[in-house]
Amino acid sequence: MTDSIDPIVEVRDVHLSFGTTEVLSGVSFDVRKGGVVCIIGPSGAGKSTLLRCINGLVPINQGTIRVARFQVNALKTDAEKIALRKEVSMVFQQYNLFPHKTALENVMMAPIHVLREDPKEVRERAVALMAKVGLQTKQDAYPGELSGGQQQRVAIARSLAMRPEVMLFDEVTAALDPETVKEVLNAIKELAREGMTCILVTHEMRFARELAHEVIFTDGGKIVESAPPAELFDHPKQERTKAFLSQVL
Amino acid sequence: MNVLLPINLPKPAASAPWRLEVSHGVILAGLFVVGCGLAQAQVVPGQPSVLDTIAKWTPVLAKGFVFNLAISFVAMTIGTMAGFFLGAAQISLLAPVRGGAWLTMNFFRNAPWLVLLFYCMFLIPFQVTIFGKTIPIPDWTKATLGLALPVMANVAEVVRGAIQSIPTTQWEAASSLAFNRRQALWMIIIPQCIKRMLPPWMNLYAILTMSTVLASIVGVDEMMTQTQRALSAEARPGLLLAFYSYVLLWFFAYCYPIARWTVRLEARYAVRQ
Repeated sequence: MTDSIDPIVEVRDVHLSFGTTEVLSGVSFDVRKGGVVCIIGPSGAGKSTLLRCINGLVPINQGTIRVARFQVNALKTDAEKIALRKEVSMVFQQYNLFPHKTALENVMMAPIHVLREDPKEVRERAVALMAKVGLQTKQDAYPGELSGGQQQRVAIARSLAMRPEVMLFDEVTAALDPETVKEVLNAIKELAREGMTCILVTHEMRFARELAHEVIFTDGGKIVESAPPAELFDHPKQERTKAFLSQVL
Repeated sequence: MNVLLPINLPKPAASAPWRLEVSHGVILAGLFVVGCGLAQAQVVPGQPSVLDTIAKWTPVLAKGFVFNLAISFVAMTIGTMAGFFLGAAQISLLAPVRGGAWLTMNFFRNAPWLVLLFYCMFLIPFQVTIFGKTIPIPDWTKATLGLALPVMANVAEVVRGAIQSIPTTQWEAASSLAFNRRQALWMIIIPQCIKRMLPPWMNLYAILTMSTVLASIVGVDEMMTQTQRALSAEARPGLLLAFYSYVLLWFFAYCYPIARWTVRLEARYAVRQ
């Protein structure tokens, strides 16, 4: 049932303010199943907040968000939000690995304790995921012993272990040095090619151009312009988009 | 180039918690030697020497000391377990739970330990009858409970502080992996707190051990009580200083290694955070 719903993510006229500061003022967009959407824009445009709204970490004031069969804005109890988060995984800028667990344990924890799956199976899957992100030799390392890029790849494997429908990436390369950015981006690229639905907040314009099906440019809590990357990067319609792109490209 | 250097802030005023140091041991030992000397000077012919008297009573005092340790272990165990829940309750999402826990913690943290001890001694009956069976509650049990209460409150504060020192991003990561709050707390947050809680917890244990002598006031047969008994049996006022400094040395010998170990742990975890 879940699989037949398309678009898989539907954001409609979302408004959100923190106190008197309006963070999102009427944001709407869709993501098709298997789609890759990159959200770009200046700092403070509400990009990260938007992602947090999609997995229910931040409740919205107005509008609707639907992810697969979940009406996110209507989820009240923790149990309902937990059901949603089993389908929507998030990767953070600062990796946020659990420092007291090894890399492999980080990947295994949620499937065992949240999804209550068989530890043996989870272990096999976790080992496979670690290999997939190119870290088969680092399984028993603690996060503190890994480089930023390695930690971020563990974080991606950790999210994937939940077998989510949708992956959210919140500026996942922003804290990395230029050389390690590539290894993380390659991991995401592979995911996208396998048909994972991805929503990325990113400052990597080349990456967005190469990978995204759609690029959304936001500023001041609004979507200024959204289009396929070739169109948005090469022929932006809005002045604000042109100004932004001329700064970053 | 000066501007690029970190600003040299004056060191904060010494606010380090009070710690046992070697010098304290030296002072105590000195006190003991002086006490023995004074007592020896008052020995009348025919009386045994001071050191002989102390040696004679040592087994009795040691037995009392074991009681002090037993009380400290049990009170620490009970207090720690209760304190964990009280500390965790303070970050509850339910305001009444949070408020109640806050009130409980502050009441027991700020009440004098001796007052709590008296409360437990006199409010808990000396025996209870359940299903026709009479179970006596010995005094030392009540004293242990009385000491466990302030321990609980102090552990709760340590736990609360440690939980709040973990970055909120850890909570965020846990919830986006669909952990519920309780799982996140006990599986992700608290295990990370253990390291930082260990030093203050050990400090608290040393304080508790020293406080177990309070139980002598309510008549528990611990070391202090035994010392008083020995002194009245000997009926030689000259022995007072020698005996009490002897007791202090025992406590110092037990608590000093704990204090040193705590300092070492603190130094270790201060660097690797």
